[in-house]
Amino acid sequence: MANITLTVNGRAQTVDVDPSTPLLYILRNDLSLQGPRFGCGLGQCGACAVIINGAAVRSCVTPVSAVKGAITTLEGLAQNGSLHPVQQAWIDEQVPQCGFCQNGQIITAKVLLDKNPNPTDAEIRAGMAGALCRCMTYYRVQAAVKRAATLITGTPATGLPRRSAENAETGSKAGGVA
Amino acid sequence: MTTFTNVPKQVEEILEHWNGGVSRRTFLKGSGLLVVSLGADAIAGPFATASAQAASPYPDIDFRQLDSWIVIHQNNTATFYVGKTDCGQGTGTAFRQMMADELDIAYDKTTCIMGSTDVTPDQGGSGGSDAIQTDGWPMRRVAAEARRVLLEMASARLSVPVNALAVSAGVITVKADPSRSVTYGDLIGGRRFNITLTGNNVDATTGIATVKPVQELKIVGQSPQRYDIPAKVDGSLKWAVDMKVPGMVHARNVKPPFAGAKLISIDESSVNGIPGFIRVVSRGNYVAVVCEREEQAIRAARQIKINWEKPLTPPFPASDDLFAYMRSATPTSSQKPSVTGDPDAALAGAAKIVEAEYDVPFQGHTAFAPAHAMADPSNGQMTIYSNDMKSYGMRSGVAQFLGIPRDQVRVVWMEGPQAYGRTAADDAGFEAAFLAKEIGRPVRVQWMRNEETGWDTKGPAFTFKIRGGLDASGNLVALDYNARAADFYHLGYNEPETVLIAQLMGTRRAKPAAGNASAPSDMYAIPNRRTAGHVVSMPLVWETPLRTGNLRDPNGPQITFAAESFIDELAAAAKADPVEFRVRLLTAGTTDDRGFKRARSIAVVKAAAEAFGWDPRPSPRSIGSGPSASLGAGNILTGRGIAYSFRNQTVVAQIAEVEVNRQTGHVWVKRLVCAHDCGLVINPEGVRRAIECGMLHSLSRALHEEVRFDAEKTTGVDWISHPTLRHADTPAQIDVVLVNGDPNPNRPDLPHYGAGETVCKPLLAAVANAIYDATGVRLRRVPFRDARVLAALKAARV
Repeated sequence: MANITLTVNGRAQTVDVDPSTPLLYILRNDLSLQGPRFGCGLGQCGACAVIINGAAVRSCVTPVSAVKGAITTLEGLAQNGSLHPVQQAWIDEQVPQCGFCQNGQIITAKVLLDKNPNPTDAEIRAGMAGALCRCMTYYRVQAAVKRAATLITGTPATGLPRRSAENAETGSKAGGVA
Repeated sequence: MTTFTNVPKQVEEILEHWNGGVSRRTFLKGSGLLVVSLGADAIAGPFATASAQAASPYPDIDFRQLDSWIVIHQNNTATFYVGKTDCGQGTGTAFRQMMADELDIAYDKTTCIMGSTDVTPDQGGSGGSDAIQTDGWPMRRVAAEARRVLLEMASARLSVPVNALAVSAGVITVKADPSRSVTYGDLIGGRRFNITLTGNNVDATTGIATVKPVQELKIVGQSPQRYDIPAKVDGSLKWAVDMKVPGMVHARNVKPPFAGAKLISIDESSVNGIPGFIRVVSRGNYVAVVCEREEQAIRAARQIKINWEKPLTPPFPASDDLFAYMRSATPTSSQKPSVTGDPDAALAGAAKIVEAEYDVPFQGHTAFAPAHAMADPSNGQMTIYSNDMKSYGMRSGVAQFLGIPRDQVRVVWMEGPQAYGRTAADDAGFEAAFLAKEIGRPVRVQWMRNEETGWDTKGPAFTFKIRGGLDASGNLVALDYNARAADFYHLGYNEPETVLIAQLMGTRRAKPAAGNASAPSDMYAIPNRRTAGHVVSMPLVWETPLRTGNLRDPNGPQITFAAESFIDELAAAAKADPVEFRVRLLTAGTTDDRGFKRARSIAVVKAAAEAFGWDPRPSPRSIGSGPSASLGAGNILTGRGIAYSFRNQTVVAQIAEVEVNRQTGHVWVKRLVCAHDCGLVINPEGVRRAIECGMLHSLSRALHEEVRFDAEKTTGVDWISHPTLRHADTPAQIDVVLVNGDPNPNRPDLPHYGAGETVCKPLLAAVANAIYDATGVRLRRVPFRDARVLAALKAARV
């Protein structure tokens, strides 16, 4: 065991743990954070992602002793009571189904947009590649990344956020008559 | 006063989480019915009498009491209590819309509590896409009844007859004198209705009032944003994985390294030096390690040395040999064939015979995060915190499994990484409860990734043989359909004798469930038709990682892949356009059911074709005509395919547009169209998202998913060895058309049907049909991974 000090969401906190413990368990079980979650423990899915030095880091495979830098989790994205534009875009676009993977989607999108505020479709697909979802919200995630880019840059993203064909619906609230 | 642990405060925090609703506990305090604090009974509900409460901590909620469903608060807000859970489609929002509409209260003045067994009436949790279709009715009726009672109360208060009153947004006004009004909160806030309902079962629950005609519904048909989403994007939601209570310890299972292995001995010295080690718990072939901290339990589960004995005979054939095995195995059961006309004679007389075999492998739930639960055994009761979609079943099952009275067990349903159907969340709930009872402390258990992918319940593998006969005009005159499902035996939900821990402990059900190989769902008029289904068994039935259970539909994606691929093969043989061929089969029939499924089937097929911009022509696509016709010269071949199906009364047609790379075999589904008729739509935006995601789930099954195994164990254990759909696979465009194909679309009693699962059925065939259209190559084996597609293209010299 060893005393290790971590700066998480702007606050320095010291824990007494085995230094080889993956960061994820410290964040969840010692610091009571709920944003990063266990999905695979193998760095394959993104559920556990946190931001360290501007990068999306897989906390499930990062020993706590290897952390060199301040940690931002999903809980730390909002500033002064306002949601981060990525979070707002996620609500506007109504992205989640069960929502369990969305920590990985949102953290990955935030890091992507920090580096590239106006990504193309191909850049979004490449940048989001490591964030898996089993409810298959990918289509809405990609639309929300574009929406967030617009919120951040103030200019419309290349292409439009893709939506289902709302206009195809006609008729009463029960759906149109085909 | 009974106090268990400080659980209730945290539970209450969860239950109160959304929309700052006024809690049932506040209601209790306000009503003076029950004044308790920090006791597990604090949220046991206001409906148990004080004496019953003392005798049993968690009595059943009486569905025949209006107070069990609706609480109106003094501030003129309402809380709805429903016995459903949400797998992620936002059903809670839809419940609030339906109930608020019938109650005549503003949507944003309501909250909804779901699926915790001691506070909500037992509506069975989730399953079968029945939340809106079935359970929505008692919700609407009880809300209508509450409105009726409130109007009567207002009538007495204001001394005018009910028909002289108007109600809007929770305020009742005298029509002739709008200055005279009273709010729901004024009339009953904080007090009980004390109204007894009737109905032989929870689905039939009703009061005296009738529900509103569709035309009077104002909130239904709107798309309020889902109330659960903000807390899911800001990190504040407490999920089942987040539940912690003082004294809680962590457990991990140690699964047998090969199927059917027998535990010989455990070397506890291999782990008892690990810091925080508490105990190895084992019974039969079930083994778990328990430690103070999570990472310690994970380390112990990896490090423990156990001597296992391999079974004498292989538990199953390797997955490469699965379909040969299934075709030759003697069925464990055969359903009586359903026969129309004389299919043998019609086939003998047909101008053209088409014959094909299709194979769909076992596919898993592989939930995004592995199964988990936390169980608290304090003070003789048992509380399980779980995301299992059937919380009520878990409560009963765990009580039987542990041999404790049902009214001492509750399951608090919380959000989780949902899969659809009989998932390993059932198993984890039983494991947590068992371990908590053994250890005498709250225990949190979670499976690791390799356990979830390797050992969760599987959708059954299917193999099909279908023959069809066309007459000289290209009309389908005979169809002979034969299915075999590796579905013996099929797990039920939360069965105390069949959850994995029970099997590993040696419990054997006297008679394994027979399983099922059901028939295609279509409204095609085929004059001569035989449908036969058989179930076959793997050699190992118990303690196997290939145990089957409901996986979204549960057999529809497999069956519809075969049935709707074959219809496409027939259309191609008849040189007919695939849409036109289907419409001809649908319109050939004249009979319809009470839900007008035939008329609605025709409507969705046409609507999908119209939304896609379908250009009528036979498949495969070709450039040019006559002897010079070809697929074209480029590396990327494009095509489109349609498929259609129904589930219960919901009908769906889907069109996929694909790009097939003839150099790599890679398939990208570039566009998807879904025409969907589920009757009355409660929340159109919510339905659209559920449809998009349901289609992509089936796209994952079409392109990637297959349970791989050698002759002793599953070999897919993570997201590399068991791939899933990824961002790169996402279509560029998805169009969802909500259709109302009812012949009387404005009828006031238009039903609301289940939206979700039907969507999963046609997609695999739509993709296969599109690949055929693009390449002229028919893929009859799922999934369409690059190597399989490339091999098929090469074999056909495409």
